[in-house]
Amino acid sequence: MKIIVCVKQVPDTAAAMSVEDGKISWGDASLIINPWDEFAVEAALNLKADHGGEVIALGLGSEGETEAIKHALAMGADDAVLISDPDLGTADNLAASQVLAAAVEKIAGADLVIFGQQSVDSETGMLPGQVARLLGWPSLTLVSKFLEANPEESELQVERAMEEGNQIIKSQFPAVVSVTKDYGEPRYPSFMGIRKASQAQYPTWSLEDLGMESPTPVVTWVEVKEPPEREIVTEIIGGETAEEKAQTLAEKIMEEKVL
Amino acid sequence: MTKKILTYVDHHQGKVQPSSWEALGVAASITGDLGGETASLILGKEVESLAEEALQYGADQVFLADEGQMAEFRPELLAAALKQVALDYQPDLILMPTTSRTRVLAGMAAVDLNTGVLVDVIDLDWTGEKITAVRPIYAGKLLASVTCDASPVIITLRGRAFAKPEPDPARTGEVVQVDFQPNEDIPVSEVLEIKAKETGVSLTDAAVIVSGGRGTANNPSLDPPADLSEDEAEVWKARQGFQLISELAEVLGAAVGASRAAVDAGYIPYDHQVGQTGKVVAPDLYIACGISGAIQHLAGMRTSKVIVAVNKDPDAPIFNLARFGVVGDMFEIVPPLTESLREKLES
Ligand SMILES: Cc1cc2nc3c(=O)[nH]c(=O)nc-3n(C[C@H](O)[C@H](O)[C@H](O)COP(=O)(O)OP(=O)(O)OC[C@H]3O[C@@H](n4cnc5c(N)ncnc54)[C@H](O)[C@@H]3O)c2cc1C
Ligand SMILES: Nc1ncnc2c1ncn2[C@@H]1O[C@H](COP(=O)(O)O)[C@@H](O)[C@H]1O
Repeated sequence: MKIIVCVKQVPDTAAAMSVEDGKISWGDASLIINPWDEFAVEAALNLKADHGGEVIALGLGSEGETEAIKHALAMGADDAVLISDPDLGTADNLAASQVLAAAVEKIAGADLVIFGQQSVDSETGMLPGQVARLLGWPSLTLVSKFLEANPEESELQVERAMEEGNQIIKSQFPAVVSVTKDYGEPRYPSFMGIRKASQAQYPTWSLEDLGMESPTPVVTWVEVKEPPEREIVTEIIGGETAEEKAQTLAEKIMEEKVL
Repeated sequence: MTKKILTYVDHHQGKVQPSSWEALGVAASITGDLGGETASLILGKEVESLAEEALQYGADQVFLADEGQMAEFRPELLAAALKQVALDYQPDLILMPTTSRTRVLAGMAAVDLNTGVLVDVIDLDWTGEKITAVRPIYAGKLLASVTCDASPVIITLRGRAFAKPEPDPARTGEVVQVDFQPNEDIPVSEVLEIKAKETGVSLTDAAVIVSGGRGTANNPSLDPPADLSEDEAEVWKARQGFQLISELAEVLGAAVGASRAAVDAGYIPYDHQVGQTGKVVAPDLYIACGISGAIQHLAGMRTSKVIVAVNKDPDAPIFNLARFGVVGDMFEIVPPLTESLREKLES
């Protein structure tokens, strides 16, 4: 089966973010694959191991934004495509999904397009629904298990998470899926994998390669700022015994009138 | 200019996500300022009673599609119905609560209606020409103000960021049955089964959360059964720790949260994880027990109103965010805290 897995480069989740001259800064934090996307790559590699086929990592980013793709290749993806175009700098979700959908069509023949749950930077989780809609494919989000996933033998069956419980869904190929953390721990890239990834050659596509015009974003970021400092005066509760501390803490909590 | 607003009532088999009603509060404040009207969209099976509720929470009218095929969440179908109603009603704004379901639905609607979604919004301002929304990014480490140039603007609202209106039993309005014409080309998935979850208080709706971290497994005085492996013994110990946390949570009507370390070690399911790669929460009271306060954890709970930390280590970073801290062993502190709060709440 042919699987495309969408991966994004983001700043390390440990980065202390700030705004400098109106621009987002992550200081000297490293750039990594969006942590949610590691689960997506893991799922893609396991599906390939079970049913054969190939895994292609697809990323949209500025030139040189290759950390996510490199990580996916190091984990074991067979091939990759980076979409990069100066005109995509201000792309919003709708534009990004149009571009990704166009790339899926250009790659052609995919049975599954697998996404992470959401980006840890922009945090929308919109792309899996949008790309599916553009392709006219079903969208199965927050999947933790693939119960049936062999396009040659059967329809697609997955378990997806909701607030109230999990749905077991029967769907069809080709489909768009997003994978949640409950899928299971992603593998670490092997030494060989890292070496292979650092030497890998893969194409970079522009909007023109995709046969697309520059999209006009409808969502605009007017301003980004740091959240207001919270003035927190921490009171460490003293006391001779644990009981005494607990007693005082209970009184203090009651005084806050939050219960 | 007056505004037409459509709110989407998100529910599972008729059980409404409480933040759906918060959307009606937001709608009321917009139409209160600018004039206009609000309709609610309810899609499901045997959900007629929700129409009544929506009117009481502030909708002027309700669009209702009550049909068997809508019994379960099937986004392709619901998106098609939403599109049909939106094209008909022509709202300026579509409001939804942010849930696992609306993250798909809103995205699909944006494609169908060729517009943008402002996701997981915590604040709104429509004094200017365009509506400006504030949304946390990088797990709340930054706040972005965003606008959308297309119409209708679709906005999903973060749970508990806006007040839930008081229902007014005297309010009435028209309930319009939607004559839904499904589009033949949509591939629609079939729901074979629902695996219900343990029914505790849900993290994102909770006004109070009690969370446990790796410290829940650190009670040297406990003796796990001899036949357990080292890992199993650790999980066994942590279960005792989380038992104390659950008891406190029960007394407070609170949800149980956890750090990723606790989830990864198998102490508690992932559903309970708070943080950058778990749930982002903002309860009135957050009690962290045996949690160090790593930046990814803080990102998920930093905007809680009152934070309480119980930790053995006086230098644990969690204390920097805490209004009250107790330096001590959670196994000694939590049980008397539970008792003491129980007495106070009962009297
Ligand atoms: C990509 C990425 C994403 C992440 N996302 C998340 C996330 O969403 N949520 C999250 O929580 N973490 C997340 N993390 C992990 C995070 O970095 C920390 O490792 C984790 O939060 C630590 O959990 P902890 O505080 O329970 O454990 P520890 O850091 O080990 O802290 C345990 C604390 O318990 C205290 N303690 C021990 N025994 C007792 C006792 N008996 N009584 C009282 N206190 C005691 C100790 O003093 C210590 O402070 C993420 C990490 C990465 C790399
Ligand atoms: N720039 C990108 N390139 C490739 N995939 C992306 C990109 N942005 C987001 N994605 C994918 O879409 C998922 C959801 O992201 P988002 O909708 O941005 O929260 C991510 O987990 C990725 O799998």
